[in-house]
Amino acid sequence: MADEEDESPETELSYDQKKEIAKWFLLNAPAGEINYVAKDLKAVLSDEEVYNEAAMEAFPVYNKSHMICLEMPNRAGDVIVSSYSEITENEYLDPRTAQVAIVDHVKQICTNVRPADDEELPSSYIEEFRCALDAEIQRYVGESYPKGVSAVNCVKGKDADGPGTDFELVVIIAAMKLSPQNFCNGSWRSVWNIDFQEESQVLDIKGKLQVGAHYFEEGNVELDAKKEFQDSTIFQSADDCAIAIANIIRHHETEYLAALEVAYSKLPDNTFKDLRRKLPVTRTLFPWQNTLQFSLTREVEKELGLGK
Amino acid sequence: MEAALGLLRRMPPKQSETALSALLSLLPQHSSDLLSQVDLPLQVLRDAESRKDFILCEYNRDADSYRSPWSNKYHPPLEDALYPSSELRKLEVEANDIFAIYRDQYYEGGISSVYMWEEDDNEGFVACFLIKKDGSKSGHGRRGCLEEGAWDAIHVIQVGPEEEEMAQYCLTSTIMLSLTTDDEPSGKFGLSGSIRRQMKMELAVAEGHLCNMGRMIEELEGKLRNSLDQVYFGKTREMVCTLRPPAEIVHMRLPDS
Repeated sequence: MADEEDESPETELSYDQKKEIAKWFLLNAPAGEINYVAKDLKAVLSDEEVYNEAAMEAFPVYNKSHMICLEMPNRAGDVIVSSYSEITENEYLDPRTAQVAIVDHVKQICTNVRPADDEELPSSYIEEFRCALDAEIQRYVGESYPKGVSAVNCVKGKDADGPGTDFELVVIIAAMKLSPQNFCNGSWRSVWNIDFQEESQVLDIKGKLQVGAHYFEEGNVELDAKKEFQDSTIFQSADDCAIAIANIIRHHETEYLAALEVAYSKLPDNTFKDLRRKLPVTRTLFPWQNTLQFSLTREVEKELGLGK
Repeated sequence: MEAALGLLRRMPPKQSETALSALLSLLPQHSSDLLSQVDLPLQVLRDAESRKDFILCEYNRDADSYRSPWSNKYHPPLEDALYPSSELRKLEVEANDIFAIYRDQYYEGGISSVYMWEEDDNEGFVACFLIKKDGSKSGHGRRGCLEEGAWDAIHVIQVGPEEEEMAQYCLTSTIMLSLTTDDEPSGKFGLSGSIRRQMKMELAVAEGHLCNMGRMIEELEGKLRNSLDQVYFGKTREMVCTLRPPAEIVHMRLPDS
């Protein structure tokens, strides 16, 4: 091996290049597979320092974009790690229980929990809307996602103490199913931004859905589906807003699931055919027996009606 | 090496080229191992003289040049390059003509190339059958369903020396594909992946090597297509339904709601 290394001295990578490559692998890990990727990556790098630095930088980004759900200590509940609940890089607000989880990103655990400070929480006026919506979303997620978690965060105007100010809530729904013994993992992520516009008395609703699945038993196959949505409803009381928003989200997500089913059902006879047919255009297996001699090629062509 | 292959199995199939080049730069000492065990999407070059495209792979490469199966010339030209024996070249020409018809029958378009070379250590030979198809709307997609659609098939078949009118065939086939549809109401829907399988047979040579190789390729290629379609895509579909079951299942599970 040593002499082979001598043949390619120019390929020696710098520390930073190695770190960037390591981060790329970690960030591209499919849902729920970052720890497996990390283990293989450590072996490939065989450089603890590079790995540790890459992990410190990549795990927080990965955890937030995959919206991983961590259990808080002392049965304090669960917290979703996301950019919407981020206070500092290691602190995430659980708005439902008004607690702040201290997170170890690389270990993917919650090490500690503290009550949220008043200035980290929305005003009581906002909290009324947030809490009502959270209850409706929890009900919907409980009904529709066997393993789903959700949170409603206020990302804009959280200090408004009464009508007259715009504010924005974000609903996140995350569902993950990990089945490494069956070589299959998947995740569903929804992010719904609800912009409460005081002046026009309209709620502007924008949604982003992302569904991924990875099946890798003797192969490597990935589903990557995403769609964006836009809708609106009128500004009403907190309870009525919550019901209207939850209904809109339920409606779009149900329709989207049905659309994915249609896309799958079109695959065998339609979509896949544009890559390779199940049977030749002649609907019979290819007549290899007629290819015994080169001179017969022309006959094959004639038989198939392909003569020029 | 095992860890490197483990990483490749987990990275998104669409990123396989980036993943491989990253691993090559991290593990230069394993580059030939990696390149021999990992398949990448196929590249194409134009043979101006024959006015036909041909596919590039390790099997028609010598230094930085690639041999066209149509003109038997290296692109760019290369002195003292390797060529198959004239007898094997005859079979190669024949195989290219026939395989092009096969490809048209199953793929309704696309590009194919067949390369053959002698085995050093026995009387047998190796043949490599390649197909590349762009099934997107802007490519050769007859039905116009696909925003993006790539299919690469690599069939490498080792043919043992003839013994008592029989020969051993060992076929390794890899399919790499990537398809994306982008319609209302499903949005961007992408499936991609790769699988590799092997098939060994001992066959009478009476009908010729080409006939035997062709039948094996046709059978294995069909099996791979079906398992991608039924098993692999089916598993991802099951996963979606596990994450968020369709409404009727939810109601069955929650009779009180």
